[in-house]
Amino acid sequence: MSDGGAPIVELEDVWRSYRVGDEVLDALRAASARIPVGDYVAVMGPSGSGKSTLLNVLGCLDRPSRGVYRLDGREVGTLGDDELSEVRHHLIGFVFQTFHLIPRLAAEENVALPLVLDGVSIEERRERVAAALEAVGLSHRAKHRPSELSGGECQRVAIARATVMRPRLLLADEPTGNLDSAAGRQIMELLEQMNDEGLTLVVVTHDLNIGRRAKRVFVLRDGEIVQRVAGSELAPEMLLAAPIEATA
Amino acid sequence: MKSSDAVIFSWTALSRHRRRSALSVLGVMVGVASVIALTALGEGARRYVTREFASLGTNLLIVLPGKNETTGMFPGAGGVPNDLTLGDARALRRGVREARLVVPIAIGNETVAYGERRRQVAVVGSTPDFRSVRRLGMGAGSFLPESDMERGAAVAVLGAKLAREIFGIESPVGRVIRIGDWRIRVIGVLAPKGRQLGIDVDDMVVVPVATAMRMFDQTSLFRIMIEVRAHSDLQRARQRVLAIITDRHEEEDVTCITQDSVVGSLSQILTVLTLAVGAIGAVSLAVAGLGVMNLMLVSVSERTEEVGLLKALGAKRHQVLRVFLVEAMMLSTAGALVGLAMGWALVRVCVMLYPSFPAAPPLWAVASVVVVSIGVGTLFGVLPARRATRLDPVAALAGK
Repeated sequence: MSDGGAPIVELEDVWRSYRVGDEVLDALRAASARIPVGDYVAVMGPSGSGKSTLLNVLGCLDRPSRGVYRLDGREVGTLGDDELSEVRHHLIGFVFQTFHLIPRLAAEENVALPLVLDGVSIEERRERVAAALEAVGLSHRAKHRPSELSGGECQRVAIARATVMRPRLLLADEPTGNLDSAAGRQIMELLEQMNDEGLTLVVVTHDLNIGRRAKRVFVLRDGEIVQRVAGSELAPEMLLAAPIEATA
Repeated sequence: MKSSDAVIFSWTALSRHRRRSALSVLGVMVGVASVIALTALGEGARRYVTREFASLGTNLLIVLPGKNETTGMFPGAGGVPNDLTLGDARALRRGVREARLVVPIAIGNETVAYGERRRQVAVVGSTPDFRSVRRLGMGAGSFLPESDMERGAAVAVLGAKLAREIFGIESPVGRVIRIGDWRIRVIGVLAPKGRQLGIDVDDMVVVPVATAMRMFDQTSLFRIMIEVRAHSDLQRARQRVLAIITDRHEEEDVTCITQDSVVGSLSQILTVLTLAVGAIGAVSLAVAGLGVMNLMLVSVSERTEEVGLLKALGAKRHQVLRVFLVEAMMLSTAGALVGLAMGWALVRVCVMLYPSFPAAPPLWAVASVVVVSIGVGTLFGVLPARRATRLDPVAALAGK
């Protein structure tokens, strides 16, 4: 699989290790990858294989213990907390399995949060929030609180919030995990539509069907990226926890 | 993040837990209100006392027998002070040009009787000028007659309450009463005045100074009050008084104080007292601060995921800090404002119940209690807010 175009993400021999008691646990081992702008990558693998760790490192929520991570050409692995916040703020959008909407705020207020942090004026905020909600098809639910929205609608609000700052990279951690299949399909269609418009998309998922729709799939096992295949070539046995002979 | 946005964001968080927030506000409120009320009482006492003294005029010199300052010489050199006599009073009246009035005063306690009724009261011996220096009005009859200081006529002027108690509705003027063993004719009744410097003017009897001294077998005056013509003459008059007495007694064995200094030191004492009660009230403010801290700690741990989210969205440490600090400040500011209103209401009630007592919180107390209460709330908000900023975003998002 060729990495065409300028890379937004470059990982070179990235490790993430935790000290658990006396032992050192390598949640991510020697990960190297290039993700070009506009790519659509599904990260798959059994539980505990390091999918979330990889996503947290990509999202600058976590720092690599070793190795080099360049985001949009800039080395970010060694930045301080506030600089990482800055990077997340401007380059990265997050979509979570549990939405992470603030329950006391209306949909539009949740979407506006990143703009509020940025000190954007109320008028500009209103415009950008309206546009973001429009893009996820939820303009009519702007005033509703999360408790008054369905799961699918909540995830749409979260996507609007993740994209309102116009990030370069959208990271989704099991975005359909808490949704029924119809709502899940709609959410994936929405994310893919954004990908079609040029947004780089990385999705962590257990769902084989989602993996098959991705342009590329990274399969993780025990913290290592053991396979990279095109989504269309994904086979169920690749995802088993016990290592079986690789089919490639 | 703009301040207005921070305030709105915090408001949504606080208003979700109305009762909890209200209790925190209540804590600060009680602290602020108690400081306001306590200092208002202290300040009221100070104003009351200074007003009392000021009502006597501030151009007063008071001469008392005995010297209350030690000289550092070997003890016993001063010996027993000489009496302060009517002769001294006359000499002062002649010699102190700045004096408008020189009023000798003798004081004792005796039983006043008329018929079967008797009453133990203060007996004040003085001169006609006493009325002027004490700003006393007449209810009936006349005050002491002008005459030689040393001539003790058997006449008396009664306080309003004393007259009422022993005469009832009968008019006392012209009647003969007994003061101890003395038969004295009542020539007048004072207008009601109330307490003045601890003596109930309405419940005393005034007789000529020589009469009082004989009655109580006193050789020394209680004191001599001198009213000078102008305030600026006070110090010069005081020097002259001391010179004249020293000349007559051959030593400086009297104390001469100005009304000003008495008022000044009393006012100072009461201000310190006000500060002290204010500080006691401030203890409750500190307790209220702990309440705010407690609430903020709960708030931070309840909103761990929210902190994680804010960080994921790119909130910097100072922004997270700000969100929680603003919350603590809003709680303490609300408490301060409600407390001000509450304290003010308490003071109003006090003034309504005791109109003669000028209770009012001093401005310094109001200003400092507002600053301190908001400061305390913010200070106690720092610890919880810092805890929020230190959360690891990955763990926080997972609610850990």
